[in-house]
Amino acid sequence: MSDSTALKAKLGLDIFKPGGEPHIKIKPGMEKDPRLQQAINICPAGLYSTADKGGVVLNIDGCLECGTCRIACGTDVLEWSYPEGGTGVQFRFG
Amino acid sequence: MEKFDVIIAGAGLAGLAAAYTLAGNGLEVLVLERGDYPGAKNVTGGRLYVNPIRDLFQDLWDEAPLERFIVREGAVLMARNHSVSIGYAGNELRAEPHQSYSILRAKFDRWLAEQAEAKGAMLLTKVRVDEVIKEDEKIVGVLAGGDELRADVVIACDGVLSLVSEKAGLRTPGSPHDYAVGLKEVIALDPAVINDRFHLEGNEGAALLFIGEATRGLFGGGFLYTNKESISLGVVIGVQSLLEAGSAPDAPAMLDAFKQRPEIAPLIRGGTTLEYAAHVIPEGGYKALGPLYGNGMLVAGDAAGLALNIGFTVRGMEYALASGYYAAQAVLRASAARNFNSETLAIYKQFLEESFVLKDFKNFQETPAVLGNPRFINHYPELVGDLMGQIYRVPPGPKDRLYPTMRKVFTLTEMWSQLKDLRDVSKI
Repeated sequence: MSDSTALKAKLGLDIFKPGGEPHIKIKPGMEKDPRLQQAINICPAGLYSTADKGGVVLNIDGCLECGTCRIACGTDVLEWSYPEGGTGVQFRFG
Repeated sequence: MEKFDVIIAGAGLAGLAAAYTLAGNGLEVLVLERGDYPGAKNVTGGRLYVNPIRDLFQDLWDEAPLERFIVREGAVLMARNHSVSIGYAGNELRAEPHQSYSILRAKFDRWLAEQAEAKGAMLLTKVRVDEVIKEDEKIVGVLAGGDELRADVVIACDGVLSLVSEKAGLRTPGSPHDYAVGLKEVIALDPAVINDRFHLEGNEGAALLFIGEATRGLFGGGFLYTNKESISLGVVIGVQSLLEAGSAPDAPAMLDAFKQRPEIAPLIRGGTTLEYAAHVIPEGGYKALGPLYGNGMLVAGDAAGLALNIGFTVRGMEYALASGYYAAQAVLRASAARNFNSETLAIYKQFLEESFVLKDFKNFQETPAVLGNPRFINHYPELVGDLMGQIYRVPPGPKDRLYPTMRKVFTLTEMWSQLKDLRDVSKI
């Protein structure tokens, strides 16, 4: 596993503009779906993790809007949209 | 309600190329961009090959904010305990016009947007396209930022996931087989240090690709490009390959491990990471291309799946710029005919077929399947590394003859497998 503190520090270098509602949500009842488990390893920002009571939780802060979880897990388990205009990550180099 | 000739979703390379071309021909164009500025949401490796698109945008290249022109190419077979590098330098790479440049998208896209605006295109940033408006089976506009915006035609240039063409009913969500994810750091380094470490002069640049342990044997590879005052360093991993790897190292850990490899660490020593980015890349090739047009809509760039990995070159940006250009040409035709239905817009596909874009995709349509052979990633780097290690080795006692040493590595079974792999490679 990646060092989560180091990953957070790396994400801390990026510019994020706060938005309203989370733009990606786990569909209700899908928290324990095996397809969602995959996101834990695959998310470049490490935003998916295992909850204490089992199942997967998503913390949207630091989302790079890369799209990997949508491709990997699919839209059956994720409600996926981009953040509202003018919010979210703003790459300075890209 | 406002009405435009053309609405373009997304101010990336495809969208801006289309806007630049259309506005240059007098059409009223609106570009909608959800980022704070064009490029704010865009990521590349990144390297742009100019030759195929030079003539499509003749006036752009002199002033374009490109980073370095690439004069040194490198491919590294990275095994667990060894690595073998192949370097290429050629006088033709130093000669003008230069074939390819490293590039940073936040800078380049912002500049390209200014050029499109100078031609008369309208750009609205911080606006996300929320819905597509359809009437009588034809796309007639979009809902964006609470406004209803209408146009004769909408060009979806909204990137690899293309939620806009999905909402329009043109495509469905993609499959993990057809995509890779790239993770990248931009690392600040003094230009003089970059020149020394990579044997460069002035604004010359280097590009290195790595296969094998860069992705822990998973489908994909590592890359390093020199920019003016920074280095773009990252890994690209097939999404399906990552899924099959199960609980193997997670994606961010793979980039960290890559950075610590002895082949990489000295090259970035003393550098400061400025930014961390990630993005999905379409890599399914010709067979995975999305629909290119519908009634009242065209799709260009990553949104149409227009990126191509053929091993030594991984390209997307030229296809984005060219498809934006040809989408604009198709709209100009449709505009002259005052008909924007899919039969008229189909000329877009014909333009792409006649150009390098779909010719490349057809020529290299077998490549994703061939490169998908895991031996290229997890076997050959080890094999070649092992052989070179034995060739260079001087033991305490007498050294074995070279031929028997080679025969130990290249067993009959191995040679037979290589013949089979070679037969596959001949399809590329």
